[in-house]
Amino acid sequence: MKYLISLLIGIVIGAVVFLLGLYYNPFQGQTAVSPLAVTDQRVIEMSFSAVPGDALLYTDAGDSKIEPHPDRVAELWEPAIVETRLIVTMLEDARGGVAGLGIKYFTASEATAVINGEALANSVWHVYLPGQGTMMIDQTENYWSYIRDVIIPAHWSSADNWRGTFHGILTNGPGSLGTARVSGGSGLFAGLTSESVESLTARAYSAVSGPVSMSGSLAIALPQPTLANE
Amino acid sequence: MVKTLLAGIVLGVLGSGALAWFVPAVDLHRERSLISVVPNGGNVEVFHINLPRDRILVGLPNDDSTLPADLDWPGREHLPGLQAEIFKVRDRNDTIIGVASRLASAEEPTGAFIEWVIHLPARGTLYVNMGVTPTAEGLREGTMRAGTRDFATLSGTMSERLLSDLDEEYDVDKRIVLETRLVGPLEAEE
Repeated sequence: MKYLISLLIGIVIGAVVFLLGLYYNPFQGQTAVSPLAVTDQRVIEMSFSAVPGDALLYTDAGDSKIEPHPDRVAELWEPAIVETRLIVTMLEDARGGVAGLGIKYFTASEATAVINGEALANSVWHVYLPGQGTMMIDQTENYWSYIRDVIIPAHWSSADNWRGTFHGILTNGPGSLGTARVSGGSGLFAGLTSESVESLTARAYSAVSGPVSMSGSLAIALPQPTLANE
Repeated sequence: MVKTLLAGIVLGVLGSGALAWFVPAVDLHRERSLISVVPNGGNVEVFHINLPRDRILVGLPNDDSTLPADLDWPGREHLPGLQAEIFKVRDRNDTIIGVASRLASAEEPTGAFIEWVIHLPARGTLYVNMGVTPTAEGLREGTMRAGTRDFATLSGTMSERLLSDLDEEYDVDKRIVLETRLVGPLEAEE
């Protein structure tokens, strides 16, 4: 009997060691520098609040800690879309003015492999910039560093929250340099194919209600011919 | 007993690793794709949206008529002329399989546009630019601009038609029918 108990205790310790190894894995770094930092194209940068309550609309399956917003918005509870979240938000330019409208769909990816430090989501932005045009941005995002550095510490905290400074690049594909793919649709962007990177900056997170102070940024590289038309 | 404990630790590490490696963390629900193959080698798929039941958001230039009712839509002030709608999307069996956004503007200085992004979580996303002027029968044709995952290598067209006077369920007044006709890339000859 004592050998069985010893074995079970050993298995539990082994599982904890494995989880700690995942959490503190020094080889799973966090990308903080945008791959577009070295591009010779002009980069437009737009920011948005990543706090769902600040968005025009946020909805999901209705079973997460984040409340859908506004009241009576349809929830995505049907089996095929239950892993999908939708956020509709205003995009701001560098001076804080309104740059446009962004609709983001993001769905947890089946390629997620926590053992590799990958908590992946397939996401798509449908973007409208008044007077300029429309585009779709598709990307694979990796939320592992955000989960590791923000969400887990918030749950470990006795106050059920996290405060600090987190900045990370979420985009990790499908571009070979870890960039998102931009497909222009109308206006100045018609026919455009380019790259983009989304990043996240967090300052406060509640284990009870989700993001408290958090902003996102979309950097989009624009080829020179597009600029010539401006 | 120490040896048993050490063996347990190794077993725990290896077991957890195997669990993390082999058990998928995410398993998306898949509906069977209801695709018809046409003689030219392409495929046709029909999606539809029941109105008003499948509406998630309606943002109009006149921001008095938004959905949800409490939506703080900045239409008149910041998005003049833009008509934004977001829906749930159904397949031919009337099962919800995705979500879609339709953006349209007739007053855009760079040119009027109508376009769809159709996001089917288990399959990928379609981005389609529609023609601004519908045919006499109310059919609007568009061209696929881009696609992701299952749709990444496909190209083709999509039509949009609004059907009204439906004699079906009590809460379906109208229906948007989207029909995609997509073809894969030509295979290189061996």
